[in-house]
Amino acid sequence: MSETIIGSTKVKTGFAEMFKGGVIMDVVNPEQARIAEDAGATAVMALERVPADIRREGGVSRMSNPEMVEGIIDAVSIPVMAKVRIGHYVEAQIIESLGVDFVDESEVLTPADEAYHIYKHDFKVPFVCGATNIGEALRRIAEGAAMIRTKGEAGTGNVVEAVRHARSVLGSIKSIASMPKEELMTFAKDHGAPYDLVLYVHEHAKLPVVNFAAGGVATPADAALMMQLGLDGVFVGSGIFKSGDPAKRAQAIVKAVTHFDNPDILADVSRNLGEAMVGINIDTLPEEELLAKRGW
Amino acid sequence: MNIGVLAVQGAFREHKLAFEDLGSKVIEIRLPEELDNIDALVIPGGESSTMAKLMKNYGLDIAINEFKASERAIWGTCAGAIAIASEINDFPEQPRLSLMDMTVDRNSYGRQIASFEVDLEIESFEEGFHAIFIRAPRILKIGDRVKVLATYKNDPVMVLENKILATVFHPELTQDRRIHKYFIEKLVKNS
Repeated sequence: MSETIIGSTKVKTGFAEMFKGGVIMDVVNPEQARIAEDAGATAVMALERVPADIRREGGVSRMSNPEMVEGIIDAVSIPVMAKVRIGHYVEAQIIESLGVDFVDESEVLTPADEAYHIYKHDFKVPFVCGATNIGEALRRIAEGAAMIRTKGEAGTGNVVEAVRHARSVLGSIKSIASMPKEELMTFAKDHGAPYDLVLYVHEHAKLPVVNFAAGGVATPADAALMMQLGLDGVFVGSGIFKSGDPAKRAQAIVKAVTHFDNPDILADVSRNLGEAMVGINIDTLPEEELLAKRGW
Repeated sequence: MNIGVLAVQGAFREHKLAFEDLGSKVIEIRLPEELDNIDALVIPGGESSTMAKLMKNYGLDIAINEFKASERAIWGTCAGAIAIASEINDFPEQPRLSLMDMTVDRNSYGRQIASFEVDLEIESFEEGFHAIFIRAPRILKIGDRVKVLATYKNDPVMVLENKILATVFHPELTQDRRIHKYFIEKLVKNS
């Protein structure tokens, strides 16, 4: 028998493929993690405060405490993800050593480095990173991200930014795929995108990793919209546990992602969900409070 | 020939591409009535507990058991292998289809950082098969009628019972189509 290999790109990106058509839910304690698992979440994202609370309370937002992450790992059998600050590779080392299954290098936390993201190839644990456009997505993949998500505008319950980012990335993929080869290098230069990855997108008409929606998804209809736009799955942050009936809303969003192109089922699961989280109009937010601007 | 790929959650697109490469027509299955027009069913990898709930929601669990009774072939990979097992160690409450006489243990090789790649020898395959194991289940016990086609460190990792096939690794994540071909030629065409 040949040698066993762990922590390879194939094992990381392959794991990300398994989340497709699923919903990854933000949770802040083991009890919420169990509710998410019972509702059919494909993974939970362990964090100290959901984005809506980070937005309200302010202050520096960091990775979660080890005991909190371990409590969630012990509570559920599905994969556990956890957030680290942009550029904070020591937080990532700690999260990896706890046995977390996926690391989110996230703009929702306060960035630790104003110029550089983590060199993610150094880790055995896979990473997901946010992106607002194709250049950003391909830079993160070149650094070793095994999964990309839209940034959206987390904690607002407003899906408009996630839609903007999804349309931007997916639109660029279509245009790269149909571009004559001689235009690819200039496209790479103009978007700060690694040329070899632009070439990959040109040949395959897709990113080399899965591409999820995140930031502002609050209803089953929002989740299905992101799927119909062409994303592979959905992260829901504040949208579930800031709503009136989290268990029911969580189940409804899970069903909506599977049956995203079946309006009868979408209508059915959207019934009697109680209050959705209160949303924020993004154009009323001051520039310095926009999380999607973080990351380089 | 129509191959159905269960598409409630998980890596269904990779199986779809693999079968399309081999010239089969592939139908995505999300609701029970969609099983009517297919000759064989693949249950892909994904999150087994999520897939179990989504199958139960609209009665796919019952419909798949009727599908098996019609002697059509079924193949489960990773989470799909958990779905078709008769027993799930430590999770007796997790809904399952009980299509194959075996006991599986979820995430038995460790969490994601322990996920691995390795070359396997598969019965009747001339060359080794590069296999990807992701938070893979371990097959702890198999019934007398279950045949072992491949092992990893003495654990069965590819098993066959009549027309039901299970692999705890992910052939759909590589470009090697030999297991997909095996499924079509040995289990679907021989119907």
